[in-house]
Amino acid sequence: MINLRDKGADIWERSNRIERTFIALGFIALAASLPFFGGTFLNTPIADYESVLVYPIAMFVLMAIGLNIVIGKSGLLDLGYVAFFAIGAYTMGLLGTRTSLNTWEILPIGIAMAMFSGVILGVPALKLRGDYLAIITLGFGEIVRIVALNLGTLGRSEGILNIPTPPSVFGVEYSFDSHRIYYWTLLILILFAIWMVRRLSVRRAGRAWESIRQDEDAAELMGVPTFKYKVWAFVLGASVGGAAGVFYASKTLFIAPDNFTLQISILILACVVFGGMGNIWGVILGAVILGYLPDRIRFLSDARLLVFGLVLVIMMNLRPDGLLPRKKREKPLPKQVQ
Amino acid sequence: MFGNFLDQFWSLTFGGLSLGFIYILIALGYTMVYGVLRMINFANSEVFMVGTFATIIIIRDVFKFTQTSEYATGPRLWLILGTALIASMLVSGILSVLIELVAYRRLRRMNSGILAPLISAIGVSMVLAESMRIMTDSRPVASPRAMEKSFIGKFFDADIRLDNTIIIVAAIILLAILMAFVNKTRLGKAIRAVSMNGNAAKLMGINIDGVVSITFLVGGLMTGAAGFFYVLKYENSSFSIGFELGIAAFTAAILGGIGNIKGAFYGGLVLGLLETYASFFLGTQWKAVTVFVILVLVLYTRPNGLFGEAMTQSRA
Repeated sequence: MINLRDKGADIWERSNRIERTFIALGFIALAASLPFFGGTFLNTPIADYESVLVYPIAMFVLMAIGLNIVIGKSGLLDLGYVAFFAIGAYTMGLLGTRTSLNTWEILPIGIAMAMFSGVILGVPALKLRGDYLAIITLGFGEIVRIVALNLGTLGRSEGILNIPTPPSVFGVEYSFDSHRIYYWTLLILILFAIWMVRRLSVRRAGRAWESIRQDEDAAELMGVPTFKYKVWAFVLGASVGGAAGVFYASKTLFIAPDNFTLQISILILACVVFGGMGNIWGVILGAVILGYLPDRIRFLSDARLLVFGLVLVIMMNLRPDGLLPRKKREKPLPKQVQ
Repeated sequence: MFGNFLDQFWSLTFGGLSLGFIYILIALGYTMVYGVLRMINFANSEVFMVGTFATIIIIRDVFKFTQTSEYATGPRLWLILGTALIASMLVSGILSVLIELVAYRRLRRMNSGILAPLISAIGVSMVLAESMRIMTDSRPVASPRAMEKSFIGKFFDADIRLDNTIIIVAAIILLAILMAFVNKTRLGKAIRAVSMNGNAAKLMGINIDGVVSITFLVGGLMTGAAGFFYVLKYENSSFSIGFELGIAAFTAAILGGIGNIKGAFYGGLVLGLLETYASFFLGTQWKAVTVFVILVLVLYTRPNGLFGEAMTQSRA
């Protein structure tokens, strides 16, 4: 099978700084122009194409990038990622309707709340390994949903209504139906998340995560404070989920516990594994495809999730490492260092 | 509140025990596969769901029971229950083997780690749940009542219901057969060998693929039995039932220590009882939260579950 990732990496390695800037700008421009392709073959039947771009596609991409820090980079299986998304969304819902704070002021609070719950969950859970972490995070995701379903202040099953839209920035108005504006704002958030992950990956934290993923015991023996870095990975993943949640609440204007089921966690996990764990471009591709596919094949109406399940099974059997897997071999040292 | 609890203690306990045995049987589907493959058998919840529907089809369509027909009695009742139990076990067992072939085998050969099979198993369970949803028009399906739920005795003022008794007795018999199979037979020995050390077992000439298939078959049989017992107790099923009970049963497996059969037994019992007591005190809506809080506390003090082997040490 053709190896797209190696091809791409080769081109990237061989180009100089200016060429790289152009490639990056080209991709950003392509992503930013997606809302204008509404009338073409990309169009989704039934659902509004531009709103599909915002949710699920862009939202999934953002969350998949966050979950990729936890699963792809440091190898911790998190099945309750939706919890952080929900915490961000409910922070926005509560503060947005009860106080005079606006979305941009709530965004850092929502992120902080998600990170805080990441610490609360992570510190006991990350002492355990592998599959136990999976079930505890899964349980946490359900607990957050059940608490939202049963606490009066969180609106029970009716959820929270009339969440305000973000106030205008630099004259750009956010109104309920201007999907493009939301999409572009999300794109900026996504770019910021990509930048954060890429910077961290090449620094101490990234190396620590890599060593934890490959062999935790060996990493610990080599003096990597594995527990500390695992909590960091967890909390950073949570922060991205929280940011996505705040923005989601302020986009849909209405949230209910039904929006935060385990299915979201599993879909995001599927994005990460389907696209190629650990490789951020693969993860983005996976999230775009899995976010887009159910709406594109909506003409199958009732059977679309069935087909989606089939696609998952077939794809995983054909490419178990995902569409664009991470590099298997490490890159050789540059000449001048040797 | 507490006085009420004491009044109802024994009837709650019987209900909790029969629920616990249903959990144990589903948890076996998770724990046996985990023991052999070190992988989460995610699609087991849907195996259970299919088992409940197999039971309903036997009672409703094969024996032509309707909501208004008379209860079966005597030998005919046992014939019906026996047929439904065996049918649902067989359907689930075969389905479970097929799931292994579709979702796990190829990936296992490629040595692709834990996550890829997990995703393909998630895909399989989506296919199963969605096909069932389409076939049942997204509605829950009620099972006609085949037997009278009479009280067969009293224990400290608590009525002992016939269905709960059948569940507990039959589940204990099934578990005894399972333990005999795992501990006494050649195949059981092979399963234990593979779960202790897969590579060494392979070197000793054990057919790994065969053992894995048998493990999925046995796990599926037990899960199918749970499907039958569930319908007997609650008399309905729906396409989403697998998800709800699957999570609880998986929790039970972990609570006891995943990968060993004794763990599933105690985990299931503890979970069934706790869930029943917790829903009495706090209301049913908080029962899942209670269960998970207890799970976290147990794992925090005993990271391998109540009876688990030291899974954190070696995972080769």
